Amino acid sequence: MSAEAVAATKTDGWEPKIVAFCCNWCSYGGADSAGMGRFQQPASARIIRVMCSGRIDPLHVFNAFLEGADAVLVTGCHIGDCHYVNGNDKTKIKYKYLENVAHELGIEKERLQLNWISASEGEKFANFIRDVTEQIKKLGPSPLKPEGVA
Amino acid sequence: MKGSVAVVGGGIAGIQAALDIADSGFKTYLIESRPSIGGVMSQLDKTFPTNDCAMCILSPKLVETARHPNIELLSYSDVKSISGKAGDFKVKVIKKVRYVDETKCTGCGSCTEKCPSKVPDEYNAGMSKRKSIYIPFAQAIPRVATIDAAHCLYLTKGKCGVCKKVCGPKAVDYEQKDKEIELNVGSVVLATGFKPFDPSELKQFRFEHPDVITALQFERLLSASGPTQGHVTKQSDGKVPKKLAFIQCVGSRNLRINRKHCSSVCCMYATKESIIAKEHDPELDITIFNIDIRAFGKNFEEFYNRAQREYGIKYNNSRPPEVIVDANNALSLKYEDFNTGDLKTQNFDMVVLSIGLDPADSTRTLAQSSGIALDDFGNIATSIENPVETSVAGIYVCGVAQGPKDIPDTVAQASAAASKAAALLSGERGTMIKERKFPDEKVLSPEPRIGVFVCHCGINIGSVVNVPNVVEYAKSLPGVAHAQEMLYACSSDSQVTIKDAIAKNNLNRVVVASCTPRTHEPLFQNTCREAGLNPYLFELANIREHCSWVHMKEKEKATEKAKGIVQMAVAKSALFQPLYKQKVPLINKAIVLGGGVAGMTAALDIANNGYGVTLIEKEKELGGKLREMTELYDGKNPSDVLKELISRVNQNKNIKVINEAKLTKVEGFLGNFKGAVAVKGKEIPLDFGAAVIATGARNFEPVGLFSYGKDSHVVTQAQLEKMLGKGISTNNITMIQCVGARNKDREYCGRTCCIDAVKNATRIKKANSSANVYVLYRDMRTYGVMEKLYENARDLGIIFIKYEAENPPKVQGGSVVVHDSMLNEDIELASDLVVLSTPLVAGENEEINQLFKIPLDKNKFFLEAHPKLRPVDFATDGVFLCGSAQAPKLIDEAISQASAAASRACTILSREFIETEGAISVVNEGRCIGCGTCVAVCPYNAPSLYDVTVKVEEVTYTTKKSKINPAACKGCGSCAAACPAGAITAQHFSSKEIGEAIDAFDKGVRSISIGKGVVEVTV
Ligand code: FES
Repeated sequence: MSAEAVAATKTDGWEPKIVAFCCNWCSYGGADSAGMGRFQQPASARIIRVMCSGRIDPLHVFNAFLEGADAVLVTGCHIGDCHYVNGNDKTKIKYKYLENVAHELGIEKERLQLNWISASEGEKFANFIRDVTEQIKKLGPSPLKPEGVA
Repeated sequence: MKGSVAVVGGGIAGIQAALDIADSGFKTYLIESRPSIGGVMSQLDKTFPTNDCAMCILSPKLVETARHPNIELLSYSDVKSISGKAGDFKVKVIKKVRYVDETKCTGCGSCTEKCPSKVPDEYNAGMSKRKSIYIPFAQAIPRVATIDAAHCLYLTKGKCGVCKKVCGPKAVDYEQKDKEIELNVGSVVLATGFKPFDPSELKQFRFEHPDVITALQFERLLSASGPTQGHVTKQSDGKVPKKLAFIQCVGSRNLRINRKHCSSVCCMYATKESIIAKEHDPELDITIFNIDIRAFGKNFEEFYNRAQREYGIKYNNSRPPEVIVDANNALSLKYEDFNTGDLKTQNFDMVVLSIGLDPADSTRTLAQSSGIALDDFGNIATSIENPVETSVAGIYVCGVAQGPKDIPDTVAQASAAASKAAALLSGERGTMIKERKFPDEKVLSPEPRIGVFVCHCGINIGSVVNVPNVVEYAKSLPGVAHAQEMLYACSSDSQVTIKDAIAKNNLNRVVVASCTPRTHEPLFQNTCREAGLNPYLFELANIREHCSWVHMKEKEKATEKAKGIVQMAVAKSALFQPLYKQKVPLINKAIVLGGGVAGMTAALDIANNGYGVTLIEKEKELGGKLREMTELYDGKNPSDVLKELISRVNQNKNIKVINEAKLTKVEGFLGNFKGAVAVKGKEIPLDFGAAVIATGARNFEPVGLFSYGKDSHVVTQAQLEKMLGKGISTNNITMIQCVGARNKDREYCGRTCCIDAVKNATRIKKANSSANVYVLYRDMRTYGVMEKLYENARDLGIIFIKYEAENPPKVQGGSVVVHDSMLNEDIELASDLVVLSTPLVAGENEEINQLFKIPLDKNKFFLEAHPKLRPVDFATDGVFLCGSAQAPKLIDEAISQASAAASRACTILSREFIETEGAISVVNEGRCIGCGTCVAVCPYNAPSLYDVTVKVEEVTYTTKKSKINPAACKGCGSCAAACPAGAITAQHFSSKEIGEAIDAFDKGVRSISIGKGVVEVTV
């Protein structure tokens, strides 16, 4: 089989699993606004709500990969808008570190993404999920996915 | 006296006033005439100068208002009359008919979906359609439908009736009638806001053309929730405009139509909208036609500069241009360019009218019928010394109803009005509020027994997600003892069902699968509490916003996802432990730093609310900057004002003044600060619950600028102010504005300097009409009702000449040379006295900033918690800010802010104890390595290190450990994420709980057991 054919079978009807970390005050609200505005999106993401993006521990992100996530999204308020003054500034720093480690582990950059989404940016949230889903469908399942997990 | 207050108007002013009053222990009625609270701010996309999303910061306030146990919301209600006297008012309110029973409507929106009648949507400024039965916007509070009787087919023609048919909870009631109610309250706060100016009365702007729109309409075009989802398009053909113009001062600064005021906010909102539009489309060419750019507030000038520098927005100095429509319906603007004096024409695709703020008609009628005086502009009249007091004792005013102003000034005034209302009624505090009582919590059985309630939400969830299927699946999950479906989980009968199920099945965890926790979590948490369950044993699974509404065409996948979401919630909830808010006692006393007008006002307001205050002043005498003033803007004598203020401070038994003193030490936190004050070589301890920083600012000394310091004929505006106390005899006076401001060293605008200059120029001219007074300016920033002073000054013959920053005037001997750009030549003005208007600069704020660990901005003024909605708060709880210590401001503004800071402090001082957040972080001492990372990471100074002695076998050593102060922790969890030793648990969002949710992503958790507080999970 050609590489393309392999990719095609891999992704045939396959839905990636995406774990999206959202902060309560902004990006979770953005996901809510997507709903209120009926912005349709693929059913590939599951949201983990935390109070602030600053709560997201790099370990949570790797945990998600090790549990079979094909992509992990780190989201929060726009810089300056964090409900807890500057939690997202810290997220930015941690994310830099995460990116490096993910790179070392051979995780493609599409699988780990950072995005600031405000509570009113419903369409942005939906587009984000759609774009990531498309990108991951092209890449196929995550290399870190444990045996036996779809 | 009644322990209750009526707040009229539910915009941001009314909301803030109501929250403050309610938080201080008074029953509060919030009366709003529209179906939802939120006011004009709810229509804004972003707010200047930070471009914060307006709804994101407003919506939590809306929810807080709706939930507040002391606030009774009367939406869609008009105030007919106010009678009585301070302490005992009667307020007649008409509750307008909604044709929907507010107690039954769940806000599901099924009726609006099915309603066939479409009406222009006022929320989108008429640019889209809504239904005749509608909820004004997604975040509306209360979230109930209203029927627009003028357009409803059933009510107008007797046909249709669809909404009644589709309404699950049977809330639609066509027989409903208006209801009149009478409230008996101790005090009234008017926060009736404004009416956007209607530009159709000014024919030259051709508002009938579809591509001539108001700035409010443009704001809606920019908004993601607007008619075009945030894409700027022309109303005429739906195409993207290439060239866009803003016309400033439409309905402001216009004598012909009797709009003499400057609306204060239009320059900045035009700048903001331009920046956002450019962010959407960098190709868009934008010109703002303005008379002056009035960027006078904190960080406004910087914002204005960025608009030009980074976004290429053009500012064209001219009178408001005339809009020309040609035979092809194309638009152009005709204007006189102030810089060249030429008459010019330019083509544009779209024209935005920066409409002003008009006093609302309802304000006028209410004021007239209740005997409340109005000022010359139609605003509710107040004075400089009492900026929130109306002519009727016991009735206060705030926000734009008192005069045009931006959001932070509105919010500050709202808190100020709250402070006054609360002080008036302080004897009645707490008499009309009731605490909610909940039954004792039941003893939890060791095994998790989870109840899952899956909501259909009418058809909102049920038509996409197969709800019975999800219920069956939930039953199969480990730990689930009960699962059932519900038509509307949030309706009041469902709460009874949930409570019954908890009792019958001995449930100890509850999961509701319905909508977003951001709005509905508190409701279900209360239901749990009523059933004897700790509120932290509850979890919402959002299968509406995050599922059925976004996968409407993929029913199977949506059902699978809903199962997954429920499974994650169940897995997480199994680990939940009861959490408790702790009650920490507090000291009901405050300190105020700084004995100027702001400090004295803050101290008086706190004292009048019944709490002890220590006022700490570094000088020998009280008075601050006001001592240096010789006349107020309204002609009053400042020393009279000062004398009266000082005597009130000295006579107040609750106030203790310490002069020549300095705060030297602060420890502790909200409610429990321990400090020390150095007075004449002695150090005295001082404990307090809250602090107000009112340390003011200094005059800038323009040494080396315009021969200041070398030539004795060159003085500062502050020096002139003093000289005018005795009068001056000079005949030729030239004032130069913006000296040491709006430049590279000091980017900000001094805010008060234009008004000071106009005031003093007028004084000179009035004393000696033959004097030649020139004011050389860059932009005249006599904002708001101060525009009147500027206008009077011109009438008196004072000459204003505009200069460019690149080409400043030159002072040479007895004259000043200025380049008049309109005439394009240098003019020499004979000047016996040259007056330099310099800005206020920050005082020695670093010491205080270190003591309280409160931040400074880049100009070394104090940085408030949020530039829009928390203008007098610090991020650190219990510390507040007012006056020029925050940024330069006028006396009445400083007084408003001082009362506001007092009000905010009283919301703390009035408590019996401080309640901590429940879901806070805790340190596991055994694991803590004392590295201090948490201390560095926390924005609230909650963690701190302390010394411990550790004994391991034979060895004893001292080391550091961290502890988190529960009163200061806000529960963001940043410390837990940063702790390298994994010693910190962010309760309710612990790594275990998060991990469990991740693990449960589409795969089952096999068993969970809880024994002796230890949770075993087998996957
Ligand atoms: S609250 Fe959203 S990032 Fe901090």
